Amino acid sequence: MLKDITLGQYFPGDTVIHSLDPRTKLIMTVVYIVVLFIAGSWVSYGLVAAFLVLCVALSKIRLKTILSGLKPLILIMVLTGILNLFYQKGERLLVDWWIFHIYLEGIVKAFFMITRILLLITGTLLLTYTTAPIRLTDGLESLMNPLKKLRVPVHELAMMMSIALRFIPTLIEETDKIMSAQKARGADFDSGGLMRKAKSLLPLLIPLFVGAFRRADELAVAMESRCYHGGQGRTRMKQLVMSARDWTALSAGALLTAAVITLDAFGL
Amino acid sequence: MLAPIIQTENLCHVYSEGTPFEHAALKDVNFAAEKGEFIGIIGHTGSGKSTLVQHLNGLLKPTSGRVLFEGEDIHSSRETTRRIRFRVGLVFQYPEYQLFEETVYKDIAFGPKNMKLSEAEIDRRVRDAARFAGIPEEFLDKSPFELSGGQKRRAAIAGVIAMQPDVLILDEPTAGLDPKGREEIIANITDYHKARNSTIIFITHSMEDIARLADRLVVFNDGQIAMDGTPREVFSRAGELSQIGLDVPAVTRVMKRLRELGLDVDESCFTIEQAEASILRLKEGGVSGHA
Ligand SMILES: Nc1ncnc2c1ncn2[C@@H]1O[C@H](COP(=O)(O)OP(=O)(O)O)[C@@H](O)[C@H]1O
Ligand SMILES: [Mg+2]
Repeated sequence: MLKDITLGQYFPGDTVIHSLDPRTKLIMTVVYIVVLFIAGSWVSYGLVAAFLVLCVALSKIRLKTILSGLKPLILIMVLTGILNLFYQKGERLLVDWWIFHIYLEGIVKAFFMITRILLLITGTLLLTYTTAPIRLTDGLESLMNPLKKLRVPVHELAMMMSIALRFIPTLIEETDKIMSAQKARGADFDSGGLMRKAKSLLPLLIPLFVGAFRRADELAVAMESRCYHGGQGRTRMKQLVMSARDWTALSAGALLTAAVITLDAFGL
Repeated sequence: MLAPIIQTENLCHVYSEGTPFEHAALKDVNFAAEKGEFIGIIGHTGSGKSTLVQHLNGLLKPTSGRVLFEGEDIHSSRETTRRIRFRVGLVFQYPEYQLFEETVYKDIAFGPKNMKLSEAEIDRRVRDAARFAGIPEEFLDKSPFELSGGQKRRAAIAGVIAMQPDVLILDEPTAGLDPKGREEIIANITDYHKARNSTIIFITHSMEDIARLADRLVVFNDGQIAMDGTPREVFSRAGELSQIGLDVPAVTRVMKRLRELGLDVDESCFTIEQAEASILRLKEGGVSGHA
């Protein structure tokens, strides 16, 4: 079922990771990604991986949940692995058959790249799994605030993003419902050639669009009737506050970066 | 006794199994409907009514247990599921949001077309269904998006009736309509029931409506069948009903109160006619007592 897609979904909880300020988590995620790309040796890689494992353990997100989030990306990982396996030239030829040449270096590189994707995706999954979408956009808006000076409509962008995020589950649910209803009238969404398949989507897409426009209209009226007029002078019910644990987390991030850079400098 | 036309055996359904959102919506449900029966399903929101009916036409697959149509497991093969889907018509809640064709006619014809019927047969069925659903001829060439809320709802119901299902399931077909619209839809459904002798399964929150329509009431609570019996039997258990968040018809409440006030009336009445008869009986009894 469509609803079972977990990519980008939030799982409520009350762990340390959940309670961190969204800004901390956003910064940490960016730092983590950068560090992941700096790390060039097995030791520094191990360090980054250990850091991630620690965060996952602290968040109490089940391993199964993370695995199901990784599932849609298996194809990409396999492809990356295969490409690296065959295209990496080296000195130690292991397999030499027809047009296939596999070097030891290729195997190592493939393993390296797959691990990198795995760590990258798991890190970003952890962010969305432990942060409510609304908090995430609040954090983004706050971090991008300086851009307001350059006349970037930060508040409007953040509001658009919150609304989009808010309606993704609704639209998925709606899609599920309309699909079921048309199937009840014998609609067949899976069989037939490309043209037939595209045509069979009309009974789904038309009601979906009509519904989305209706919702947009209702939302606009609801916002206006509560005097929404953009970000000017708007206050928040839940203020973002950095606490001691946020500073601890950021320090840990800085420490990790320093460690990885040092390790790489010494060629470890 | 006849074999049921449709039944479930120890039906369980768990949503999002294996995720933190895991939720058991149906727990060991044994439900059966005879041919020609008019069954009402009641239960508070989230009790599993919609989940049950989506199993009856094979839209949802049981987590465990079986669904049988005329004794045959509806999931025994893909073809079986598809064939049975045309014989068990399901009208979803707020069905007007599924209309998509250019004209009402084409939208009603969507089901029959998927059944691969001949043009002539499709035409006959569309006009038939429109008549049952109370849609005037001249509306058939209009866009469904031009219709009023109640008319849209009826067009959507016609789209399912056009498949001439042996079992017609309606999930809260009167939700959000004005009293006149509700009356009309109920009249359309009873007409169809009488004309085709098909089985009707009707989910509703209106105790008044269901009390006078259904032969049998099935009460859902927390994914299980809590009660199953005639409206009279079910509504005589007002205490249990209110415990699971349901009410009895207003008439039944009045009669119960009258009884509490010391009048010897029948408190299991659930229609105005029954209540009237019971009160008149009392009056006659009272008069003869005086004499
Ligand atoms: N697609 C779904 N995914 C997850 N949970 C669902 C889904 N549909 C319904 N549920 C849950 O299953 C329970 C039964 O729902 P439903 O059958 O719709 O009840 P009813 O129709 O009696 O109001 C509810 O708790 C609901 O939240
Ligand atoms: Mg429901």
